[in-house]
Amino acid sequence: MKIGVLALQGAVAEHMRSLEAAGAEAVAVKRMEQLDELDGLVIPGGESTTIGKLIRKYNFMEAIQSFSQQGKPLFGTCAGLILLADRIEGQEEAHLRLMDMIVARNAFGRQRESFETDLDVKGIDEPVRAVFIRAPLIKEVGKNVDVLSTYKGEIVTARQGHLLASSYHPELTDDFRLHAYFVDMVKEAAASR
Amino acid sequence: METGTSRVKRGMAEMQKGGVIMDVMNAEQAKIAEAAGATAVMALERVPSDIRAAGGVARMADPTVTEEVMKVVSIPVMAKARIGHIVEARVLEAMGVDYIDESEVLTPADEVFHISKNDFTVPFVCGAKDLGEALRRIQEGAAMLRTKGEPGTGNIVEAVRHLRLINGQIRKVQALSKDELYNEAKVLGVPYELLLNVHESGKLPVVNFAAGGVATPSDAALMMELGADGVFVGSGIFKSDNPEKFARAIVEATTHYQDYKLIAEVSKNLGAPMKGIEISKLDASQRMQDRGI
Repeated sequence: MKIGVLALQGAVAEHMRSLEAAGAEAVAVKRMEQLDELDGLVIPGGESTTIGKLIRKYNFMEAIQSFSQQGKPLFGTCAGLILLADRIEGQEEAHLRLMDMIVARNAFGRQRESFETDLDVKGIDEPVRAVFIRAPLIKEVGKNVDVLSTYKGEIVTARQGHLLASSYHPELTDDFRLHAYFVDMVKEAAASR
Repeated sequence: METGTSRVKRGMAEMQKGGVIMDVMNAEQAKIAEAAGATAVMALERVPSDIRAAGGVARMADPTVTEEVMKVVSIPVMAKARIGHIVEARVLEAMGVDYIDESEVLTPADEVFHISKNDFTVPFVCGAKDLGEALRRIQEGAAMLRTKGEPGTGNIVEAVRHLRLINGQIRKVQALSKDELYNEAKVLGVPYELLLNVHESGKLPVVNFAAGGVATPSDAALMMELGADGVFVGSGIFKSDNPEKFARAIVEATTHYQDYKLIAEVSKNLGAPMKGIEISKLDASQRMQDRGI
């Protein structure tokens, strides 16, 4: 399985390391032409405003949307979750608009409120260590979206078919189970294509 | 649930990688920086070149400036405290600043001790010009590093010197035997455990940005080429002829630092960059990089 990590800005190397630990071949993606050879794509954490601008500047918008239309899985963490969302609270314009959910940016406050905690995730046996950094929350989801975990009643992990999103950063820990979960999604999608 | 852990502090810097952090002096500049794609802004009363020109004692900015910037942007806001000035740092933390730069650009408050940064919930970035300084700052609790360079000069030569030196020293440490490592820790004045970590991993345990002299898109790309994780631009944007264009061009050149056609394209018709200073023209008292070692 060849899985790309969108490498416009953010924590790219960490995702590549985690994907490889989960048994996939990882590729840093800087140009849209690279998408053709991939089975799945991770949109990493970083600054969503910066990545959003560079996505538009380098014509990734339609390229990633058509990647998704082919049923190829996408996984967004933190900023990546914001980029996947259909709507962003308090903003007129969203980005890729692939997942049927409304998200709130910086939902926990500023950096001093950033934290880590143990989190139960549906489909993963033991809790994962979740690192929330100026993290977003999922405020509302559509009927096709499956909620995989909540923190204090708020949604922090969700899946809509071949799309996966988390508010936190699994790539900052040595626990590769959420990446393995995504690699399995990519394998299933490739088998049914 | 735990706040202020090493992973949360260092992780915040990881999210800045491949990005450009821009110095801004007011809300309007902060909006320009955010619109250009900055990953964070550094709120200041004066950019380094103005601090240099003004002389006298440079201190933490008036909280009004920092708060105005925090109000208008959604990206992280950083601010500078004087080296060793525990209270300036506590004030910035209380205001909710996202990252504190314990910075040699301001006049040091303490010529011996840096702030014990492990005691804070807010993360810190510090400057370093060699591996010894880098590891001492990490030991004190810095969650992010940057080269010192020579701030406010628009001259990249010192940032290049510092990044090359640190990376060269890391390669040397990798090749040392155990017994040599004990001695190297003594020579560098750093804890053995941190040096052992560098020996085994071949890299610093925190993100290391370039700073102190970046004035053009090519300068930013050069620092990325030499292994920087991202770039701070101080005076280089708002002391140039066309801040908006410079800001956008530097962001793109940082992302695509090995795409030379693209760098040529974004470098066209930018107008004049900030006026630079030849390093040999600075006398010893004007060298900010020699503060806080």
